[in-house]
Amino acid sequence: MKLSGAEIIIKSLQEEGVEAIFGYPGGQVLPIYDALYDSSLKHYLVRHEQGAAHAADGYARATGKPGVCLATSGPGATNLVTGIATAYMDSVPLIALTGQVPCDMLGKDSFQEADITGITLPITKHNFLVKDVNDLARTIKEAFHIATTGRPGPVLIDIPKDICVKQTTFKYPDKVNLRGYKPTMKGNKGQISNAVKLIGAAKRPVIYAGGGVVVSNASEELFRLAELTVSPVTTTLMGIGAFPETHPLSVGMLGMHGTKSANYAVSECDLLIAVGARFDDRVTGKLDEFAPNARIIHIDVDPAEIGKNVRVDVPIVGDVRMVLTELNDKLEQQQPTEWQERVARWKEKYPLCYEENGILKPQCIIEEIYKITNGEAIIVTEVGQNQMWAAQYYQYTKPRTFISSGGLGTMGYGLPAAIGAKVGRPDSVVIDIAGDGSIQMNIQEMATAVHYNIPVIVAILNNNYLGMVRQWQEIFYDRRYSYTDITGPDFVKLAEAYGALGMRVTEHKDVGPALKQAIEANRPVIIDFVIEREENVFPMVPPGGAIHKMLGG
Amino acid sequence: MRHILAVLVENNPGVLTRVAGLFSRRGYNIDSLTVGRTENSRISRMTIVVSGDDQVLEQVTKQLHKLVDVIKINDITSDQYVDRELVLIKVGADPSVRAEIMQIVDIFRARIVDIGRKTLMIECTGDEGKINAVIESLMPFGIKELVRTGKVAMLRGHKFTSINDNREDD
Repeated sequence: MKLSGAEIIIKSLQEEGVEAIFGYPGGQVLPIYDALYDSSLKHYLVRHEQGAAHAADGYARATGKPGVCLATSGPGATNLVTGIATAYMDSVPLIALTGQVPCDMLGKDSFQEADITGITLPITKHNFLVKDVNDLARTIKEAFHIATTGRPGPVLIDIPKDICVKQTTFKYPDKVNLRGYKPTMKGNKGQISNAVKLIGAAKRPVIYAGGGVVVSNASEELFRLAELTVSPVTTTLMGIGAFPETHPLSVGMLGMHGTKSANYAVSECDLLIAVGARFDDRVTGKLDEFAPNARIIHIDVDPAEIGKNVRVDVPIVGDVRMVLTELNDKLEQQQPTEWQERVARWKEKYPLCYEENGILKPQCIIEEIYKITNGEAIIVTEVGQNQMWAAQYYQYTKPRTFISSGGLGTMGYGLPAAIGAKVGRPDSVVIDIAGDGSIQMNIQEMATAVHYNIPVIVAILNNNYLGMVRQWQEIFYDRRYSYTDITGPDFVKLAEAYGALGMRVTEHKDVGPALKQAIEANRPVIIDFVIEREENVFPMVPPGGAIHKMLGG
Repeated sequence: MRHILAVLVENNPGVLTRVAGLFSRRGYNIDSLTVGRTENSRISRMTIVVSGDDQVLEQVTKQLHKLVDVIKINDITSDQYVDRELVLIKVGADPSVRAEIMQIVDIFRARIVDIGRKTLMIECTGDEGKINAVIESLMPFGIKELVRTGKVAMLRGHKFTSINDNREDD
């Protein structure tokens, strides 16, 4: 029996085990939407295509499964771009399906035509323009394979309307054969032995864990590595949750807004074990002074990350989980020395702290969220101060419980990503920690949350500023607050207008009860926390500075 | 230092854009890039001449490898190889100087491929040094137009840049 291209798309998605799609219809995807109409696939109609991309991204990060978004040609496709770039920077498996004008209209500046494969070339792991319906099933198979293996990433498939209409026999391929794409999964044995030797000789080891640990589901292996080597563990923003922050060896996040203990430990260590991390500038600060006394072992599935920013002594290309399993098997139990005590003393001496002065503080809101959810919630963030406080003042113990746009730093990411996360993990409490600036960038997705009754809680840390930019203006631009003073709507009324529950909290004592009420409401909620206006995120490493030289805290 | 990369790619639409885009967005300098089909019609071969130190070259190679359409990369710079370039030169040639030009053409084993009323078109192949020397020699007569193909290169002897790896063929 022959199927249309649109039917093949739906069938192929089902073959891949897709359960949810986030999308927005339009002219060139009409055939796909028609096929969706009687399919068992659950489609969530967002209010802006950017929301679809972020929701699929949040779904992917929360579940580990690929997220799927769908948009029409031209503006629909270009609206996905920020979401695709966000997923690309954070290695999120995302499939973006876009409609395209019919093949014979391509290249003629047709209505709603945009060269989306050209546009997304630098922000996708790979992309396809399907010009023959016989290639469609194979292309989808390849797209899922590329998106989910090796270092994951977004893959876009652009599908002209006539391809959706044309018919062919459907057979979903069993395997892919891409001769130019063969990710290295198993670590080199020689290099693993070299790592064992370095670890055996190290006196002051530190583990620096990134998002790769979460992506490859290697938390248990990381835990074992930490205990075997008795290494203090610091994580990047993307690595949060990879190692329990309640563990005595955890020193929290490192880098620009990292803890003093993490930054001191990295600066003083003689062996840095980098696991699934990429030495981003927000982590290293001044490169010459980053871990200056350390030998470096770098484990990553992407060979191009090794040696990109820092010189590495032992490079191990491979899947983090597979490499750590093999490495752990070869390691002997190390004994704690004076080093671990020293790090513990830093931890005790320099905890994250803020000043209580009677005005509602953002940090205490995050601490209350931690208490009320027992650390069991999925925390999604926007970008800016809200993101950093959420990273600092909640103690994450499990992977995939902290979801944030790290690499691209996309404001407006949080709410749609929270919706996606809640769709993927309906049994978890999902809280979007937002700023009053960021939330206004994709606030329209409240309608999506209400429409499908997806009970996400938006906790706005409202200071009527673009807080992080204001903080930089305060510190580096002599308090010249150029266009960072921002007014918002009445968020309580706005929530109600959307059909959500709205609350406002201005005092510390009301934070807990409001959160409780929000969780029990089991429907979309916005809580407008009116906070100290000029609160800063500390500690802070000035951009380009050495990470052991921190301001504040 | 200049490196010559022999790169096998899938003969898919857009593959040149993918490679060229990678070089421009990551700030690598391409000296020349040529592309054409190989003995296998599904595979094209690029010869890319790129400048940079070892660290840059390592990144170039690794980043190229990340492109799904890139099948194989050989940095042939340090091996024995043959490289060739083709140039077409239209040179001013009044009857009074034609003999002199034809002599130069002979010396370089180049060829005259077209004659105009006041011009000659010369074709020459060779390595970069030879091509530069021909151009230099013809400069005094007035070069009206010039086009170079960029370098193509191949390893000498029994080494291959093909998807069958560098196995000996005996």
